Amino acid sequence: MRNVFLFIRRYANFIFFLVLQIIALSFLIRYNKFHEAAFMNVAGEVTGKLDEKYNGIEYYFQLKRTNEQLNRENERLNQMLRENFEGTDSSKRMIVDTILNDSLKRIQKYFYLRAKVVGNTVSSQANFLTIHRGAAQNVKPNMGVISSQGIVGTVVNVSENYSSVMSLLHRQYKVVVKLKKGGERGTVEWDGASPMYVTLKDIPKSAKVSTGDTVVTSQTSSLFPGNIMVGTVLEIVDDKSSNFFTLRLKTATNFFNVEYVYVIENIQYDEQKRLEDSTRKKFQ
Amino acid sequence: MSNLLKNTIRFVLFIFVQVFILFKIPPLHRFVTPYLYYLYILWLPFNISRAGLMLLAFIFGLSLDYFTHTPGLHAAACVLIAYIRPFIINLLISQDGADKSYASPSITSMGWAPYGTYVLVLTLFHHGYLVFLEWMNFGSFWFFLGKIAATTAISMLLIFLTELLFYRKEKFRTNAA
Repeated sequence: MRNVFLFIRRYANFIFFLVLQIIALSFLIRYNKFHEAAFMNVAGEVTGKLDEKYNGIEYYFQLKRTNEQLNRENERLNQMLRENFEGTDSSKRMIVDTILNDSLKRIQKYFYLRAKVVGNTVSSQANFLTIHRGAAQNVKPNMGVISSQGIVGTVVNVSENYSSVMSLLHRQYKVVVKLKKGGERGTVEWDGASPMYVTLKDIPKSAKVSTGDTVVTSQTSSLFPGNIMVGTVLEIVDDKSSNFFTLRLKTATNFFNVEYVYVIENIQYDEQKRLEDSTRKKFQ
Repeated sequence: MSNLLKNTIRFVLFIFVQVFILFKIPPLHRFVTPYLYYLYILWLPFNISRAGLMLLAFIFGLSLDYFTHTPGLHAAACVLIAYIRPFIINLLISQDGADKSYASPSITSMGWAPYGTYVLVLTLFHHGYLVFLEWMNFGSFWFFLGKIAATTAISMLLIFLTELLFYRKEKFRTNAA
């Protein structure tokens, strides 16, 4: 017994070193797997506040560009206003069936929450954004985030008033997208090289692709509604050993100056997820 | 200024400079990440206990981690260099006993060459471990080597500039004082 105490005394520093290393690494591994870590919710509130203060200064340098982006988006939305469209020929009368289900009524599935970006990195291999909207404003993990130009990422962690968004520029981020022209689906990933470009994989070679084609979100991702801009095809890598194209995309969102984003709530996300999980369990 | 106050101010300043200036620089290349914050650990006084040094390094690294959303990554690397630091100092200044006459490691207390070696060795350990942890998640072996080399080079440049800009006067302590 005495020897044990002597051993601990002799190597106290080394043991303390090992303990701290184990704590640090367990934080890291846990966070990479589940995106929740010790005190991250508390710390997120503090770092979020500081990021917001910094953004208060930085914001002025981006004002002109942000204004222009918002203006352009307003223009696009104005184009879609109901007043712009003329009604159809009213000589044809619509007869409503007696079935109780009103097939003309549409149910809104996606809701948009406006949010300001207060923290953003592009220089690391694992980039996150901090947005000024949190659990108190109905943000939950697993909500899609888009900017006025295209998709940005997914919410992974929320605190009271701030949320962490895993950026499209994160080595572990994956999202299902499709080609706008043919509708073939593939997965977008980031190779860590440049924050301007991402990689689109698993597009079958039967698809007709040319440079400059638009890539949009697919509704199968269940985080994003369909047809939201992801990027444009910049280069087609024809890998002879595989049946799939690898495409290099230029991201639609400019991650260097994104200031305002929309958090997308899919009100049927939980239901869909539950169904998919239980199906998977059934056939395992 | 008392040692505690000075080091508290440095703690905050180093984190802020790293988060709000160096991490905001648009990336030149994916191998190049400008790191300067760990200089705080290199500048800590000689007389701090080894366990205290490691605990401080852990808290320091973790506070940076909360800004970068990678809890544990920088903390692990900081604890490693805090553990190694006393060994390197003992190796480099065992002869003239500078750790008794001066407060903290610097060019005046250690001399150009030993201080340069001290910074280089700890920088290599810090970046090596940091990139190794990153490499476990993704990346190839060339990513590992290239990133260590490029990041170390840029860090050495930044530390050299910091030492020139913020020259630290070190008082020679005698028994009489």
